[in-house]
Amino acid sequence: MFKLSEKILLLCVGEAGDTVQFAEYIQKNVQLYKMRNGYELSPSAAANFTRKNLADYLRSRTPYHVNLLLAGYDDTDGPGLYYMDYLSSLAKAPFAAHGYGAYLTLSILDRYYRPDLSRDEAVDLLKKCVEELNKRFILNLPSFTVRLIDKEGIHDLEKLTLGAK
Amino acid sequence: MTVQRPFRLAHGTTTLGFIFQGGVIAAADTRASAGGLVACPAVHKITPMHSHLVVTSSGSGADCMLWERILIREIRLYQLRHGHRLSIRATAKLLSSMLHPFKGTEMCVALTLCGWDKSGPKLIYVCSDGARLQGDVFSVGSGSPYAYGVLDRELRWSLSKGEAISLAREAVFRATHRDAYSGNNVDLFHITAQGWSQRKREDLKEEYYRDKEKKGKKKNDKLK
Repeated sequence: MFKLSEKILLLCVGEAGDTVQFAEYIQKNVQLYKMRNGYELSPSAAANFTRKNLADYLRSRTPYHVNLLLAGYDDTDGPGLYYMDYLSSLAKAPFAAHGYGAYLTLSILDRYYRPDLSRDEAVDLLKKCVEELNKRFILNLPSFTVRLIDKEGIHDLEKLTLGAK
Repeated sequence: MTVQRPFRLAHGTTTLGFIFQGGVIAAADTRASAGGLVACPAVHKITPMHSHLVVTSSGSGADCMLWERILIREIRLYQLRHGHRLSIRATAKLLSSMLHPFKGTEMCVALTLCGWDKSGPKLIYVCSDGARLQGDVFSVGSGSPYAYGVLDRELRWSLSKGEAISLAREAVFRATHRDAYSGNNVDLFHITAQGWSQRKREDLKEEYYRDKEKKGKKKNDKLK
């Protein structure tokens, strides 16, 4: 998870090395925008900036093999989640997942997600997803970091360690 | 355009490093293999960079030697230009940035930086794929699974210096036994706030016979 600004987080998975290099490049550029212009990029602008970079590198000799989720809170538009993959597609979505875990969790999110979930209900939904992974996913994933973004900024919630013995 | 090679690149290794209350231990075997041939039985896989940093190497021997040399040069230049030493995290990031242009080529370098700086003991793994990971224990190379098996059983923060050294030796020994591409001797370094110190290189063949004798005695004791 990379903190792009006070209210934007970038989650980045994929090839070793590419993840950190690309995410840090985006992170530093978003911070540079703030220094130059005096205000921060909106989540939508940051997502499109990220996608453009991914697209530019895609047909170069050194494409970045990374899958991204950009989560942010815009003071005018409210919370937003942007799904990007290594082929530089971009989609705004109410919920999203990358990786093999997505096969197991997306249907749970489809079934139980509502736009008017409370914070506790949302964490419970996340717990449902993690429980499913602990049951059916071949890899043991003992611990998940959880963060929440709202109008006050980024908050660290309690780690989910449902898989640890 | 790829050039045909006359032999396989040197790749097999067991190296390990871990942090404990008494500092950082770095240990490695000394065999360089090229395919099925033992190209050299007495290689130095742990190289000191400065008084408080050593680096263990695995992957292609030639690539590691080159990049260690380049890194030593770069951190010395930084020290001369800026008047203070680079932190180990910064050294790792510098190395990672230097390796990045070669990602996707056949260059194969997997180094662990083991050292002590202002923020205490540090252990950072850097490889030519671009990964850069800080941790408390790393083992790299073809023999690493065997080393992890031994390390994960006994490793604790509260080990004494003697116990830690003996654990590292044991882990490398067991790995060299099972892994054909690791063997010959074991090198051991101990890094503290005062700097690194090196143990005398030990031949693992002798360790093997000692261990065999111990097992034989145990067996006889059991039979009695």
